[in-house]
Amino acid sequence: MGIIRAVNLIFDYIRHDDEQDKDEINHALRGVSLDIEEGSFVAILGHNGSGKSTFAKLMNGILLPTDGTVYISNMKTSDEEHLWEVRKTAGMVFQNPDNQIIGNVVEEDVGFGPENIGVPTEEIWERVDKSLEAVGMTAYRLQSPNKLSGGQKQRVAIAGVMAMKPRCIVLDEPTAMLDPNGRREVIKTVQELNKQEGITVLLITHYMEEVIEADRVVVMDDGQIVMDGTPKEVFSRVSELKEYRLDVPQVTELADELKAAGMDLPDGILTIDELVDRLVPILKEERA
Amino acid sequence: MLRDITLGQYYPVDSVLHRMDPRTKLFGTMAYIVSLFIADHLLAYVAATIFLVIAIRMSKVPVKFMVRGLKSVVVLLLISVSFNLFLTPGTPIFKIGFIQMTWEGVEFAAFMAIRLIYLVLGSTILTLTTTPNQLTDGLEKSLGFLGKVGVPVHEVSMMMSIALRFIPILIEETDKIMKAQMARGADFESGNLIQKAKAMVPLLVPLFISAFRRATDLAMAMEARCYRGGDGRTKMKPLRYEARDRMAYAFYLGYFVVIIAIKVLL
Repeated sequence: MGIIRAVNLIFDYIRHDDEQDKDEINHALRGVSLDIEEGSFVAILGHNGSGKSTFAKLMNGILLPTDGTVYISNMKTSDEEHLWEVRKTAGMVFQNPDNQIIGNVVEEDVGFGPENIGVPTEEIWERVDKSLEAVGMTAYRLQSPNKLSGGQKQRVAIAGVMAMKPRCIVLDEPTAMLDPNGRREVIKTVQELNKQEGITVLLITHYMEEVIEADRVVVMDDGQIVMDGTPKEVFSRVSELKEYRLDVPQVTELADELKAAGMDLPDGILTIDELVDRLVPILKEERA
Repeated sequence: MLRDITLGQYYPVDSVLHRMDPRTKLFGTMAYIVSLFIADHLLAYVAATIFLVIAIRMSKVPVKFMVRGLKSVVVLLLISVSFNLFLTPGTPIFKIGFIQMTWEGVEFAAFMAIRLIYLVLGSTILTLTTTPNQLTDGLEKSLGFLGKVGVPVHEVSMMMSIALRFIPILIEETDKIMKAQMARGADFESGNLIQKAKAMVPLLVPLFISAFRRATDLAMAMEARCYRGGDGRTKMKPLRYEARDRMAYAFYLGYFVVIIAIKVLL
């Protein structure tokens, strides 16, 4: 049994009209089940409105499901008594870097989480030191968050979650508001945490490049899981992905086009190196 | 540029006063202000001057920064000095029509001016050596007893420190919205004061909407990090009195004894 288990999740956004009657029901999730193993790196892909952000917010009890259950290391998120334990176990990083930093100084922000869960002062300092080190932000510890770049702010936010010693981090489109450099910076940090600290990562995104190194890719569309597998498996189905209004990585698309044009290439090529390795023998053969 | 904005007037150097517990400084400033109102003898003013000089020296802040704080009270100072000069009855120095200047008036005006100037300087030292955050912390801790009678001390201080964090962000945002509106022909510069104020209204609507959105996001982020009010919360940087704070309190006591003694004996 995995650290995160979602069983048949249904979530409806209900909009009320002026008379407080139900006006419009928006089904964000229509029966999502997912089991995530401890220590794995799982990416959830989906177009706007696919329900992926709603799914993320269900993971640590910020939203509670209309129907179905989420278990975080066997605790129900809907149990009031477990709520704080759940939030401690599954940390969450949000999209907008400015709106999740509370402290006026970097180190104080990282200490905010441990302060809330009543960690003794000395241990807070240890945890802050360690978390800042883990995301490579130690040099900025005394700065004001306002002076950092977007990528750095997200790394501080990640450190803030790490300081609560979670077993799992849910990142809800952490790179959507960043430039390409910041994006790379954040993804690299997350990958390192996953590999070195063994923290389970649930990365929600719509950038294909970020999920290539994931252990598992889940594609959502219209509130349902439509594809689930390794990056290779998922990206070998190029035309299907396009139906869900998702782009495939450029290399994969190129390989797919070449294959359609009659070249002998396998499905699911994800990196430039891989494509080069495949293309060189073919081109040599043709020249000979 | 806007990112570098400094709030309050904190002057970052490393001095004993900077490192002192904010509560000690708050209490000292209050005690000093009270002492200025007790003082009515020349000797008491000498004592107050000595206190101030010691504090300025210990703060390592250049005097010109202190004096800058006085600018805001120049008008008030002039008004109160001239009222005292001309409207105090007593032995006249000279008299033109109904305006007369008296010796008592001169004395009164001088004391009044010194009192005002010292008052401003005293509180300026506090804000120059203490960051807004430390001040908030100090207030939270020293007003903690109010929590027992239902005043949400922790919540108010949390709100204050969040407000401080978001001021630069909102200023930057205002700047962005202004530029976006200027690009579409909005005019913020011409016209009289009323017209300028009116031009600001379309600026406020998007700013408010975005502030509310940020507030929702922030509340969610705080909850996700297990924030649930002040109960059971520990502190990363708890306020602790050190030897220097005890010395400061001893110094305050000595100073106050002198002021009271002068008041009673002379």
